[in-house]
Amino acid sequence: MNSQIEPANPLRRKRWNPYVVGVLIGVLSWLTFLTMDKALGTSSSMVHVAGLIETVTGNADKVTGPAANSYFAKEINEKTPMFDWQVFLVIGVFIGAMVSSRLSGDRTTECVPGLWTWRFGPSKTLRYAAAFFGGAVMLFGARMAGGCTSGHGISGGLQLAVSSWTFFMAMFASGVAMAFGLFGKGGRHHVV
Amino acid sequence: MWFDTPGLIVGGLLAGIVFGFLLQKGQVAKYRVILGQFLFTDYTVLKIMLTAIVVGAIGVWGMLQLGMIQHLHVKPAVLAANAVGGLIFGAGMSLLGYCPGTGVAAMGEGSRHARWGFAGMILGAAAFAAVFPALEKGFMKLGEVAVTTGDKVNNKVTLTDITGVSPWVYIAALAAISLVVFALIGRWERQQAR
Repeated sequence: MNSQIEPANPLRRKRWNPYVVGVLIGVLSWLTFLTMDKALGTSSSMVHVAGLIETVTGNADKVTGPAANSYFAKEINEKTPMFDWQVFLVIGVFIGAMVSSRLSGDRTTECVPGLWTWRFGPSKTLRYAAAFFGGAVMLFGARMAGGCTSGHGISGGLQLAVSSWTFFMAMFASGVAMAFGLFGKGGRHHVV
Repeated sequence: MWFDTPGLIVGGLLAGIVFGFLLQKGQVAKYRVILGQFLFTDYTVLKIMLTAIVVGAIGVWGMLQLGMIQHLHVKPAVLAANAVGGLIFGAGMSLLGYCPGTGVAAMGEGSRHARWGFAGMILGAAAFAAVFPALEKGFMKLGEVAVTTGDKVNNKVTLTDITGVSPWVYIAALAAISLVVFALIGRWERQQAR
């Protein structure tokens, strides 16, 4: 039991029951299908941001036109423009999480997580490098697979997609193997 | 070429705000919760994902059968790319401690190292675009699963498409498995609390 007094207003609480959150995300996916003919996903927006950076740094011909990179052409086009539905969804995720954490006071300035410090020390440089590299590897994998934890995991999972369940099992197994590889069994007592 | 319709822009933004809000309240915008799942000390991620999948499936398949929605948005089944991409993804996610959506939510919550992860994600997307032309004809087609109707070959397949078994059988099985998993997690959590 939590001995702290929970605020009466649920929006000001730090933690909602995960099953309630799961139900609400499920219902949110109904609404995106019904009202916008869209499935929740996040990782293709990163391709859009990369394409935008190419465009504004003078490499616009790599993104659109006859000499365009075939992947940018596949992802950024008339059907899914540069600033498409999903790019705004990702902007919304940032805003929604910020609002939620401000309402509850559940803010952080985490630079190096406790578990990481326990295993690799308090160096910010090392942690930032690992986060950067991890993010790059992760998105490379997401684009190869065709989606991430939301697009494949949740949206694809609920659609019973063959691709998504293949992805889900592979990514979970690999995530577990990597976590135990990095932190070992001993890490289980230092997850903070 | 530049912008979706105003309706989709506002709709996307609203859906994102709700999604980000829920991820933050669900505590999955936190490194320790993601790594706790991979190290099996915290089951929040699995609880949220399985619940969202089962609830989402009931609504989406129900609306499809009632004709309220016209089609699904299934991603191509190319099993080599799905599986190898998944293995690469999982390793990167474990190193970063966030997935793409929860990483953005973590930035909203204030996490500093999530910002570096986000910068890495952009680089990873660009890197995949760079190698895609070399992969698209070969590897990206490997292990393709498709159904042919008339002269149309479709690789955006569901379990129902390839087996002919009703989606409700899969959804019922998924719900049953989830309930068993939740019961086991609950028992484990009560043991830990002792």
